[in-house]
Amino acid sequence: MQKEIIIAGFGGQGVLFAGQVLAYAALDNGKEVTWIPSYGPEMRGGTANCTVVIADEEIGSPLVQNPPLAIALNLPSYDKYEPLMRPGGVLIVNSSMIDRTPKRGDITEILIPANEIAEEIGDKKLTNMVVVGALIASLPELTIADMEQALKNHLPVRHHHLLPKNYQALQRGYDLAREQLAVPQQ
Amino acid sequence: MPRELLKGNEAIAEAAIRVGLEAYFGYPITPQTEILEHLSRRLPELGRAFVQAESEVAAINMVYGAACTGARVMSSSSSPGVSLMMEGISYIAGTEIPVVLVNIMRGGPGLGNIAPAQGDYFQAVYGGGHGDYKPIVLAPSTVQEAIDMTVMSFDLAEKYRTICMIIADGSIGQLMEPAELPEMRPIQRQNWDWAVNGTGGRQRRILSSIYIEPKDEEIANLRMLKRWQEIQKNEIRFKEYYTDNADFVVVGFGSAGRIALSAVRAARHQGIKVGLFRPITVSPFPFAQLEELSKRVQGLLVVEMNMGQMLQDVQLAVKGNTPVEFYGRPGGVVPFPDEILHEIQRVATSKLSLDADPRMSWLDRATAK
Amino acid sequence: MVTSDIARPENQVYCRPRSFTDVSTHYCPGCTHGIAHRLVAEVLDEMGVAEKTIGVAPVGCSVFAYNYFNTDFVEAAHGRAPAMATGIKRVLPDKVVFTYQGDGDLASIGMAEIMHVAARGENITVIFINNAIYGMTGGQMAPTTLPGMKTTSSPMGRDVEMQGYPIRMSEILATMDGVGYAVRRSLHDPANIRKAKKAIRTAFEAQRRGLGFSMVELLSTCPTNWGINPVNSLQWVADHMVPVFPLGDFKVSAAVGDIRI
Repeated sequence: MQKEIIIAGFGGQGVLFAGQVLAYAALDNGKEVTWIPSYGPEMRGGTANCTVVIADEEIGSPLVQNPPLAIALNLPSYDKYEPLMRPGGVLIVNSSMIDRTPKRGDITEILIPANEIAEEIGDKKLTNMVVVGALIASLPELTIADMEQALKNHLPVRHHHLLPKNYQALQRGYDLAREQLAVPQQ
Repeated sequence: MPRELLKGNEAIAEAAIRVGLEAYFGYPITPQTEILEHLSRRLPELGRAFVQAESEVAAINMVYGAACTGARVMSSSSSPGVSLMMEGISYIAGTEIPVVLVNIMRGGPGLGNIAPAQGDYFQAVYGGGHGDYKPIVLAPSTVQEAIDMTVMSFDLAEKYRTICMIIADGSIGQLMEPAELPEMRPIQRQNWDWAVNGTGGRQRRILSSIYIEPKDEEIANLRMLKRWQEIQKNEIRFKEYYTDNADFVVVGFGSAGRIALSAVRAARHQGIKVGLFRPITVSPFPFAQLEELSKRVQGLLVVEMNMGQMLQDVQLAVKGNTPVEFYGRPGGVVPFPDEILHEIQRVATSKLSLDADPRMSWLDRATAK
Repeated sequence: MVTSDIARPENQVYCRPRSFTDVSTHYCPGCTHGIAHRLVAEVLDEMGVAEKTIGVAPVGCSVFAYNYFNTDFVEAAHGRAPAMATGIKRVLPDKVVFTYQGDGDLASIGMAEIMHVAARGENITVIFINNAIYGMTGGQMAPTTLPGMKTTSSPMGRDVEMQGYPIRMSEILATMDGVGYAVRRSLHDPANIRKAKKAIRTAFEAQRRGLGFSMVELLSTCPTNWGINPVNSLQWVADHMVPVFPLGDFKVSAAVGDIRI
């Protein structure tokens, strides 16, 4: 088994942390995992992305050209990664920030109004956890419980009071994605 | 120790601390700055020495001074900074003292960029500074290897009184992977019979790279080569994947090596009998092992993030036994596994020639599009 | 009376310092490096610190300084002695560390290193030999070469319009907060040599007490490359160098000022 995931968005949307939580959950489940960010001047422009690879055996490339799984948190990321998705892949789209319609017919696009959901829960910083929850619906190797455990194990204790809301965000994203996946796509 | 998710740069820094790093001198440069930042916090809290030097020139000379005392010291930088260090590196080599250096390579020449690259292979492996010397050069491809090689580099540097340089690239420096750090060891400064630390009543010692009499310098050069012979005999390390029944073998170090692993697996799925040979010590280079391999395969494909530097050592190793092909991405471009897979397919299906210049044929292919 | 009647221990007033090795130096006749070396060695003897001292030799005429001091020594790359001394001192803070550098080494190629070692207030001592010329390479213009002074690379005399002005290192370093002691002395006559020795002793005392960076600049001769005989060279220092490089204390921190020699 090997799964590659790209998470992309603006700096400040918690892109890198979202990837790290996935990586921690994979680590805690005894998987091989790599997490690699884009770095340098790229970061200064306000966009950020990271690639997470989860596998059973030694991981070769930590980068992937055509990911089977991705999260686009803003329009530039959507424009960049939608064409690169592997056919049959799943792309989580933050529909709060992206108003255009999908162009690809050979991938599954899950539209999640992550900003609104995060605000409903009470903290717009939770956007990243909402979309990660949605991703888990298409990543059977990890469960929401694994993600919750990863947050608990690796978030500094001073932030532990935020855990319930993070759990809520993961679950809301997951549930919404499950609903969409249950409806056959055209 | 438990496996933790560690970033390459920080893992190198912390591993060095755990095996007794007493002093670090460096200058900020992307993409290695996390090493310096980590040590700027950790070394002072442990009561050890950290200095952010005014330049890489000063940093390497601080390392030179501190290493003369017999303490475990290191510096780290990235390509342009390592070029600045070359003066001190040559002096350190000439003085025959142990020093650990890390080069998190980036795109060049010149200011280039900060993307991952392997263009400093020649500089590292063939010394880079003036004069006749050979450093040990280790090329990790995972965070765990980066840790293990940091640990090993201090032992090797001390055992052979030599420079041990770790060359990685920005992608390994920035990469997070599960890895295990060594246990924290107390500092135990060895009582080297060459260290300069005040006579305390013993015979005075001088550490210098001067041999004003050419004959003496010649003796020193030969002594260093003799030591190199030992290093070559004892310290070659490499890793092979699927080479047992391979018709073709990809050769790559560091990041290029691990990216090639993905391509090799994909090719195996397609029924191509291909393996991977990944040198871990690029200096000393596994010449004999590659020569052996070259006798039982139909061709080698060298993959590097440069314009074909290790390629020359591979060609030297195989002695014309088998065709050598090349695929490179210079300038800070990281190849994707698909590109390398494409090259493997090409190599497996074309008629290969022993006479072609692999770099020039690659250049023709690369610039044809 | 014969020689053996006089050469008795109780009559001895002068001998080789213990901190010197028993070899002849390679310096030219009339060069004041020998005097500067001796003053440092006498100070190390008087302070009883030779066994815990590590010297850093430069590149230049004093490149072989390590041959003459009976202490541990290292040999730096050109201009980098302050960086090397930093490395040593940071690992061995209880040892006495000094550099011995000429004007090309310290004020030209090693300008960044000397400025930053001072900025860090590194607790080391620098002996700075200023003879206004490059000695070892055969008499080229130095950063301290006087205006109008002829050298092999300023054959018409240093033209300040084209080649700039001499650099006054003690004055520059005196502006830096990390510096405890920055003074200029001269070696051109016995009175000045005595003052130079006192300054060197003060500088090493400052280091022993952990009072920060200390430097003694010593105006020195280079009869060979100046093309002036040894006696006249000494006079030349007084007549030509002292007006450009005034002698004096440019920085004596309050704590260093309390040192009584």
